[in-house]
Amino acid sequence: MIKLFPRYLASFILLVFLQVFILNNIQFSGYINPYIYVLLILALPFETPKWLLLIIAFTLGLTIDLFSGTVGMHSSATVFMAFLRPYILKVISPRDGYESETLPQLRYYGANWFIRYAVILILVHHFFLFFIEVLRFSDFFATFARVVLSSIFTIILVLISQYFYRKDTRR
Amino acid sequence: MRSLINFLLRIHFLLLFILIEVFSIYLLINNNNFHKARFVNLTRQVTGNFYTKTTNLKQYLSLAEENQLLAEENNRLLNIIESTYKSDEIFFRSVNDTIFNQRYMYTSARIINNSINKKHNFLTLNKGNQQGLRPEMAVVSNGSIVGIVKGVSKNYATVISLLNLDLRISSKIKKNGYFGSLNWDGKGYQTAILNEIPLHADIQVGDTIITSGFSSIFPEGILIGYISDFEEKKGSFYEIEVKLSTDFKSLGNVNVIGNLLQIEKLELENQAVKND
Repeated sequence: MIKLFPRYLASFILLVFLQVFILNNIQFSGYINPYIYVLLILALPFETPKWLLLIIAFTLGLTIDLFSGTVGMHSSATVFMAFLRPYILKVISPRDGYESETLPQLRYYGANWFIRYAVILILVHHFFLFFIEVLRFSDFFATFARVVLSSIFTIILVLISQYFYRKDTRR
Repeated sequence: MRSLINFLLRIHFLLLFILIEVFSIYLLINNNNFHKARFVNLTRQVTGNFYTKTTNLKQYLSLAEENQLLAEENNRLLNIIESTYKSDEIFFRSVNDTIFNQRYMYTSARIINNSINKKHNFLTLNKGNQQGLRPEMAVVSNGSIVGIVKGVSKNYATVISLLNLDLRISSKIKKNGYFGSLNWDGKGYQTAILNEIPLHADIQVGDTIITSGFSSIFPEGILIGYISDFEEKKGSFYEIEVKLSTDFKSLGNVNVIGNLLQIEKLELENQAVKND
């Protein structure tokens, strides 16, 4: 657990930079903005204490918020997603449960499992984020289109990232 | 007592979640408020430095420094024009009549952060309190509207972009003076909606929309855009779609306009309300 700390700290910084300085500047047609930073929450080890999960999520969301001038928006969405993570993990757990010494990554539990896991949590996060941004339900379908389109791009980026992990972390 | 502690320990995850979530939403609501974004301004001092660095890089690529020099030159000239025009009335000055003093001051600034894809968009300028910027000043680019200064820190200022659901601009049709309120509908960065124009007004596609000057923030006659489409809404008003003349995707240098008589006007208007 402790030996993983530097690696997660590094990926925290990397993801924030990637999000703030590259992805936030990419605007496909005003609708789509991928939020890759949620990958950090997805990738935390299974044994992470639940309270730590929430605190990491809050710190991550707040950092993104400070850079995009929207205090509270990303942090609330990320905390909500982190809150649901243990329950989602329980619902979609493989028959024998999760083995120790493994991480929630594509190479341990296969594409099928990982895609289900990532899609649910990313959709939850984006749904919360975009609706708290407008704070009303009047343009429901316009907002919903943004949720779906942005989620697709985030999911694609998250899947690509899984193939980066593959090389450098094999022990 | 012990069972209470046990109970709290058992549901600590839920409690912590509710605590953090409520705190986040409290922050969000607090900062959505039009005038109270102090927290954002504080942090802008830090994040603003990062943005300045990345923007400097972008500036080099687009040679925008030349533009900035031109913008500053423009401002100097604008200030001269305003003051020479007013000094014709030197007679009235001698009786200390403030009406004929210079009314608007121009200064230039550079945009160091900008967004167009959210529902509440903000811009950051590279000037702040020390350079004379105050909240409630108008921001324009090449004579067309950009937004309103919301908060200032020592060296940076945040601007509510016209592309923000919270912002309403008092505006009018140039050719016949009918006025209404304009706000963004959140769909695309090139159009906004002008409401409250009565049905008997004669309007056509292509008519020019300008600021009305009623709000004490914008001077009269700042260009907003052109009518691209209109339809009758239920009731007796038009809903007019306005194609904005500002290209929010390629903003670089802007002018900030301060209204020197703003406080006087507001005080007078408040007094009138009180006397009612």
